[in-house]
Amino acid sequence: MRESVMVELKQITKTFGTVLANENVDLVVQKGEIHALLGENGAGKSTLVNMLSGIYSPDSGSIFIRGKQMNFSSPKASIACGIGMVHQHFKLVDRLTAKENIIAGSGGSLFVSGKEIDNKIMKLCEKYDLTVELSKRVQDMSVGEKQMLEIIKVLYRGADILILDEPTAVLTPQEVERLFNIVGRMKKEGCAVIIITHKLGEVMTLCDKVTVLRRGKNVKTLEIRNTNPKVLTELMVGGSVDLEIQRIQTENKHPIYEIKNITVMNSEGVKALDDVSFTMYTSEILGVAAVAGSGQKELCEALFGLLKLKEGELVFKGENISGKTPREIYKKGISMSSVPEDRLGMGLVGSMDIVDNLLLKEYYTQKGLFVNRKSLKAKAKELVERLQVSTPGIHHPVRQLSGGNIQKVLLGREIYLDPDVLITSYPVRGLDIGATYQIYDLLNEQKQKGVAVLFVGEDLDVLLNLSDRIMVLCDGRIMGIVDAKDVTKEEIGMMMAGQTLEMVKNQGGIYGESKSS
Amino acid sequence: MVRVRVVKAKESSRNKKLLIQSIAIIAALVITGAFILAIGHNPINVYASMIEGSFGSTYRLRETIIKAVPLLIAALGIAVAFRMKFWNIGAEGQILMGAFGASFFALKFSEVPRPLLLLIMMAAAAMCGGLWALVPGYLKAKWGTNESIVTLMMNYIALKWIVYLQYGPWKDKSAQGFPKIANFADNAILPKVFGVHMGWIIALVLVVVIHVFINYTKKGYEIVVFGESENTARYAGMDVKKIILLATLLSGGIAGLVGMIQASAVSNTLNMQVAGGAGYTAIIIAWLSGLSAPWMVIVAGLFAVLTQGGSYIQTAYQIPQSAADIIQALILFCVLGSQFFMQYKIVFDFSSVKTGTAKIEMGQGGEARGN
Repeated sequence: MRESVMVELKQITKTFGTVLANENVDLVVQKGEIHALLGENGAGKSTLVNMLSGIYSPDSGSIFIRGKQMNFSSPKASIACGIGMVHQHFKLVDRLTAKENIIAGSGGSLFVSGKEIDNKIMKLCEKYDLTVELSKRVQDMSVGEKQMLEIIKVLYRGADILILDEPTAVLTPQEVERLFNIVGRMKKEGCAVIIITHKLGEVMTLCDKVTVLRRGKNVKTLEIRNTNPKVLTELMVGGSVDLEIQRIQTENKHPIYEIKNITVMNSEGVKALDDVSFTMYTSEILGVAAVAGSGQKELCEALFGLLKLKEGELVFKGENISGKTPREIYKKGISMSSVPEDRLGMGLVGSMDIVDNLLLKEYYTQKGLFVNRKSLKAKAKELVERLQVSTPGIHHPVRQLSGGNIQKVLLGREIYLDPDVLITSYPVRGLDIGATYQIYDLLNEQKQKGVAVLFVGEDLDVLLNLSDRIMVLCDGRIMGIVDAKDVTKEEIGMMMAGQTLEMVKNQGGIYGESKSS
Repeated sequence: MVRVRVVKAKESSRNKKLLIQSIAIIAALVITGAFILAIGHNPINVYASMIEGSFGSTYRLRETIIKAVPLLIAALGIAVAFRMKFWNIGAEGQILMGAFGASFFALKFSEVPRPLLLLIMMAAAAMCGGLWALVPGYLKAKWGTNESIVTLMMNYIALKWIVYLQYGPWKDKSAQGFPKIANFADNAILPKVFGVHMGWIIALVLVVVIHVFINYTKKGYEIVVFGESENTARYAGMDVKKIILLATLLSGGIAGLVGMIQASAVSNTLNMQVAGGAGYTAIIIAWLSGLSAPWMVIVAGLFAVLTQGGSYIQTAYQIPQSAADIIQALILFCVLGSQFFMQYKIVFDFSSVKTGTAKIEMGQGGEARGN
C-alpha cells in the first residue's frame, strides 16, 4: 500500500506571529482518492494546503510526496513535483486568452509550438471531459469557464495531485455537478484530489475520505461511508449544534419599498440590472439567489442610493426617492441599513476601532463641527456585549478581529440604526458555524420587528429555509420571484442559469427527480 | 544549506519599532563615521560639531529653528492630503505659488499698515497655494487623474512662473540689470519674536490646529475615512468629491503659507530659491512621523539639525558641500531603510533535510520573495 501514497504530511506546525495556524497536523492522501479537508474558517485548511503548494513553508514537520521528503521553497518547486492548486480566487490574467493563460509560466523553451500545445490541451480535455475555448479571453468568461481553465492549467503542467480550494462557492448547482464529474474522472485516472470545503453535502456525495481540522489541529480522518453530516459537524465545531434554520411566521406584511423597472449600468457601461421590478414587504425576508456577478451587488447598491439609475423608480412608502444619495435618503427620515459584501472595503474602516466605526453612521447626525465619541463608547460596549463580539476592547482596530466578529460589528451597527429596510449581501460568507447561526437569528429578529430584509445569499439550502420569498437573478434580470415553500433547489438552480420561472415549471416533471436532491 | 526569505511581519509592537529605529540610527552613525574617517576626519568630533553647530549658540539655535519652520509647516500640509491617500508631491510648487501671492501684495501694496498687510499676504499665499493644489484635486475628483504626476509637474510650472517674473515683468529696475525682484518694504516683513521670525509661532499653532482638525472634527474624520477606502466613504453617504477638494485646498493652502513666511522673513523678496526643496523634504518628514502632527515637530527638528549641522561642518572642517550632503543622505538612508524592517522580517532557514530532487532547485532562483 505504501507505493500508492501520494501525499503524506507529518506533524506539520506553522505559526504566524503568535497565531498557531497548524499544530502537528497529519494528512495522508492515496492515489485515486478524493480527500476532503473540512473545517470552519480559521481552522487552518488553507494554511495547510498552501504549504503543500509551496506558498508557505512549515516551521516544523515534514512533507512527503510519493514517499520522498520534500522541502518546497516556492510554488514553482511544488508545481515541478506534480502538485496543482486551483485557488478560490482564480489566478488568471484577464486580458489574455485561455491558451495564453495555460502556457504562461509553464517554462519550456523560448519558442513554443502552437500546434503541439493545442494537441496536448485537446488530449487533456478528452481525457477528463473538459471543455475550453482556447482563443477566448478570460475577461469574457463565466465563473464556471474560468474554473475549468484553472483546472486545465494545472493538468497541463503535469499535476497529478490536485488541490481545489472551495471550488463550488461560485457555481450553480448544475455547474457543481459538472465539476464533480471531472473530479471523478481524475480519480479514475489515478490522481489524488484534495478538496477544501465547508459544505457537508458535497463531502458526502463526492469524497472518499475526510480529514476534519479544528483550530489548527487535526481532529480525525474518517472514511466517508462510515460517517454522516451530523458527526462531521460536531467534529468541526467541537460540540453538538442545532443545524436547523427557522422561518418565523410573521403577520402584518405590507409593501414598504417598491422597485419599479430599474436599469443600472456598471462601471464598464454594460447593463448590470435590466428592467428590475419587485416590492419589499415589512416583516419579510426576501432572499436573492444568483450566480456571482449577476447584478446582485449593483442591486444592493442601487436600493441603498449608491448607484445612479438609468431608468426606473424607487418608491419608499409612496415617496419617490430615485436619484437620492444615501445622505439625502437619511434626511427624508428614512432609515435604510446595508451590510455590504465587502465588509472592510465598504462597510467598515479596518484601521479604526469599534467606536470610530459606529461613528461612520452617526457623525453626521451630531451637531457642530466636532465629532462626539463619548456617547458612542457606551454603545460600542453594549454592542460587544449583546452580540458577544470577541475583541480585546472597543478601541481595538476592527481589521484585527476575526471575520465573524467583524461582521457582528457591522451588522450590529446597522441594526442599531433601527432600519425600515435592511439590505444584506452575503452576511455569513466566511463565518464559522456558530457566528453564522447567530447572524441568521439576528436577521429573523429584525424580521419580527417589522423590518423589510433583503438577503443575498449563496447557499441555496439556507436561502430556501430562511427566506419567505426568493428572487432569482440572472444577467441582471429577474428570472422569477417564488415562495420559498413552493420551490426546489434544482428549480432555483435552473433559474440562476437563465431560465424563467414558467420555463422551469413546465419541465418540472423531467427535472424533479434529480439525484442530488 | 541556508535559505534566506523575506516574510511580511505582523504589525510590530511599539518596543520593537523603537528597537529597530535605534538600531537604524546607530547603523547610520557607524556607516557615516566610516565615511568621515575615510575623508580624513575624526567622526566623533564631526558629530559633536554638528550638534554644536545646531545648538552651540543662540545664533545657531535660531538658525536651526528658521530651517525647521518651513519643513514643519509644509509637512503639516502634506499630511492632510496624505491622510486621504492623495499623494501630494507638489508642496514645492504650492510653496512657490504661495510666495508669489504674498509677494504680489508685498510689492504692490507696500503702503498698507504692517499687521494688515501681513494678514493679506498670508491670506493671498494660502489662497494661491490652495488653488495650485486644487487643480490636481479637481482633476482627480472629476476624471480620476493620477495626482502624483500632476502635482509633480505643476512644481515645474510654478518654478518657471517665478523665473519668468524674476527676469520679466517683476524685474527690479534699480538692480542695474541684475535679474532680481525688488526687496520687500519693512511693512511686508514678519516681525521677530525672541529673535526668530514669528513663523515658528504660526508653525506651532498649525500643529495644534491640524492635530485637532484631523482627529476631532467631522471634516477630518471624513478625510481619514475616505483615505482608508473610497467605497466606505461613499457608503457612509459622504460627498467624495467635496472631500477631495477640501483636503487639497487645505493641504496646498498650508504649503502656500510656507511660501509667504520664507519670502517675507527669510529672503525678504521673491526668488526661485524660496522653496529650496522644503516641499520635497517635508514629504519624508510627514511620512516618518506617521502623519501625526506632534511627531512632525520632532522629526522636522531633526532634519533642521541635519541641515544646519551639515552646513556648519562644511566651514569648520573644510568638508566640501557634497561630502556634507553624503553624510545627510547616509543618515536618511538608514532611517528610511529601517521602515522596511518594520513591515518585513528576514528568516534564515537552516534546514537539515536534504531536498528531494534536482528539479526542486529550480525554484530557488528567487531567494527573497516578499509575500
